[in-house]
Amino acid sequence: MKDILTQLNPVFDHRNRLGIMSILAVNDWVDYGTLKELLNLTDGNLASHMKPLEAAEYVEYRKQFVGRRPQTTYAATATGKAAFKAHLDALESLLKMNEPK
Amino acid sequence: MNDSQQHLEHLAEMRSLMERSTRFLSLSGLSGVWAGCCALVGAFFARNYLELQYLGGNNVTDLLYNRSGTSSNNGLGYETTLVLTALIVLAMALTGGWFFTARKARLRGERVWEASSRRLLWALLIPLATGGVFCLALLYWNLIAFLAPATLVFYGLALLNGSKYTLGDVGSLGLLQIGLGLAGMFFPGRGLELWAIGFGVLHILYGGWMYYKYDR
Repeated sequence: MKDILTQLNPVFDHRNRLGIMSILAVNDWVDYGTLKELLNLTDGNLASHMKPLEAAEYVEYRKQFVGRRPQTTYAATATGKAAFKAHLDALESLLKMNEPK
Repeated sequence: MNDSQQHLEHLAEMRSLMERSTRFLSLSGLSGVWAGCCALVGAFFARNYLELQYLGGNNVTDLLYNRSGTSSNNGLGYETTLVLTALIVLAMALTGGWFFTARKARLRGERVWEASSRRLLWALLIPLATGGVFCLALLYWNLIAFLAPATLVFYGLALLNGSKYTLGDVGSLGLLQIGLGLAGMFFPGRGLELWAIGFGVLHILYGGWMYYKYDR
């Protein structure tokens, strides 16, 4: 049990960060507005959850102009996808252990 | 256990996010039912009015072998009227389809014009535009009898392509349309009936079933 708990990644220790990674895991590039809307978050909230993911280099971003408006789009890096998968595997085995026999 | 309860909730939420971020799920079954009704009205009109008036009750296959007397009627020719009918049916089906889907999106608290619906439209648009140009070529060479089967085939391919980005049931509807269309290529005289089955009956059946399954 202890072993598995140490495998849970602290960077993903919040449902909104799990949410961000879930969306980025199945999409190529997702813009900030779409993420905000899907996760039902405010600007500041999404930014504060994106920061640790960026710091861990689990996500990368691109800034570009759409017409005159700047737009930031995000994608999961290969490291991020691998870490996310490892976290899910750890969650899975944790849940299996806790299953009532 | 409280902890695993929470993890399970997170997992369910993640699954839903993955689904919602890739697929446009607000597609309404009623859009299909509506499109089917429009198609049946259009096919009925083409059979009972156009073919009688322009072809004297002869089947459209006769056009294949005997071009005389095709456009001899007053006013617009048979081809033009047929294409006009098809365009009006298409416009009505799309307008109503948009209405029901926009309504479902509103009820679900989602937008109609978002990343997933744009992706769906692109996936549909490319096979459909290809089919459109293909049909223009058929018209150009006066191969009217192959128009209905060709629209079925390309529409089926479009649905199959689009099913990746919306409710998965759309894919099997696409396969059925392709099958009907291919059958129609070998029985060009039955094109309109097959077209009515594909665009009319199948739309209504699938739309009704999807409404029953997802929308209520």
